[in-house]
Amino acid sequence: MSDGTNSNKAPETGAFFPRDREWHPKAYTPWYKTSVLRSPQKALLSFDNTLSEITGPVFGHNMIGELDNDLLVNFAKPGETAIGPRIVVYGRVLDERGRPVPNVLVEFWQANAGGRYRHKKEGYVAALDPNFGGCGRAITAEDGSYSFRTVQPGPYPWPNGVNDWRPAHIHFSIFGHGFAQRLITQMYFEGDPMIWQCPIVKTINDPEAIRGLTAALDMQATIPMDARAYKFDIVLRGRRSTMFENRMEGN
Amino acid sequence: MVQSLNRLKENASQTAGPYVHIGLTPNFCEIGGVYPEDLGTKMVNDKTKGERITVIGRVLDGTGTPLKDALVEIWQADADGLYNSPAETRGTADPNFTGWGRSPGNMDSGEFVFETIKPGRVPFNDGRLMAPHITFWIVARGINLGLNTRMYFGDEEKANAEDPILARVEHKVRVPTLIAPREGNAYRFDIHLQGEKETIFFDT
Repeated sequence: MSDGTNSNKAPETGAFFPRDREWHPKAYTPWYKTSVLRSPQKALLSFDNTLSEITGPVFGHNMIGELDNDLLVNFAKPGETAIGPRIVVYGRVLDERGRPVPNVLVEFWQANAGGRYRHKKEGYVAALDPNFGGCGRAITAEDGSYSFRTVQPGPYPWPNGVNDWRPAHIHFSIFGHGFAQRLITQMYFEGDPMIWQCPIVKTINDPEAIRGLTAALDMQATIPMDARAYKFDIVLRGRRSTMFENRMEGN
Repeated sequence: MVQSLNRLKENASQTAGPYVHIGLTPNFCEIGGVYPEDLGTKMVNDKTKGERITVIGRVLDGTGTPLKDALVEIWQADADGLYNSPAETRGTADPNFTGWGRSPGNMDSGEFVFETIKPGRVPFNDGRLMAPHITFWIVARGINLGLNTRMYFGDEEKANAEDPILARVEHKVRVPTLIAPREGNAYRFDIHLQGEKETIFFDT
């Protein structure tokens, strides 16, 4: 692990804006059955960020392998590629002030084009693709941008209700500059009618928040005769400016 | 009408789902050859300063059943109380200590294990020292928004008694949910998602 920044600017050290817990899904969402026994029931302990939340790990660009952001080939046999609709996913990691968040690790994972995950506990009848592992990662550039190439994942049924299906989605894990910005979310695809039927999507109350997780088809960013493109920006918690905040004695 | 504040909203969280290990610890779930190793498995090396300790625990649901599909990350200061982070302005942390660990838990028992060092004390925002602690972040299927908490050390009674965060806990009977008892060189920290022993989770 190293200081992955290339900038001479002093790092920001302000506390992060409080999370809007009405905007995020609540812990207890009984229509998503697994949440029933895994949701804390007591009030959370609220306090302004301390150094333990304002700081966070940084990963160097040199950690990333050449194929880490190419799911078409990063698990495939030499000369072969994963099967399915080829897509590019790209976007920027920003904070709530609209500022880019550079040099942060973004990890993603997904089912294959048939809706099957490469996992021991996965029981869906759809076939595994021998050339598709389903994981990738990238570190954002100075303008907060990231991109990767993959196949569009398929929808799949899951044991919750009798006939519940997940819409096609890609999981994202994002580090910010402080550990308090740590976030896991999912990306959905523009125009998918399955989005609005999904019990997990419905853990979010505000339709605007769901739209914020829905990637836009971007025909301008496609690679002609090769891959379509989806744009997915990710917004992390913003942080306060420290300009008028009291400093510790002697600091 | 007034001017817009020009703020964006944070992306809403979604559960990490049952297959979080594919994305975050692929070697652990037999997706080999994509990354040389899983991130966060090694926090210390031979040169790391400080007392070597092991942190062991489980994440338990409302029936007391350990989760086997959780992912736990920890973040902590070095032996001198400095964080290995660009946002650390008080000094330079031990370059031989990452401060960050990630564990998928044991496939059969769900138990997570971190080989780390005991952290030094870090100042609170008013300059008072906080007791040594390790920050935890827990995600899993059925957890809609990652859970934040802290582990404090059972053999730090004096420091714990003056810790500003522990002091904010209204129901003192719940404070022990954040304190890991020492067993040899190991500290055991079970995280209870629900029930009488529900861990205190943070909104910070």
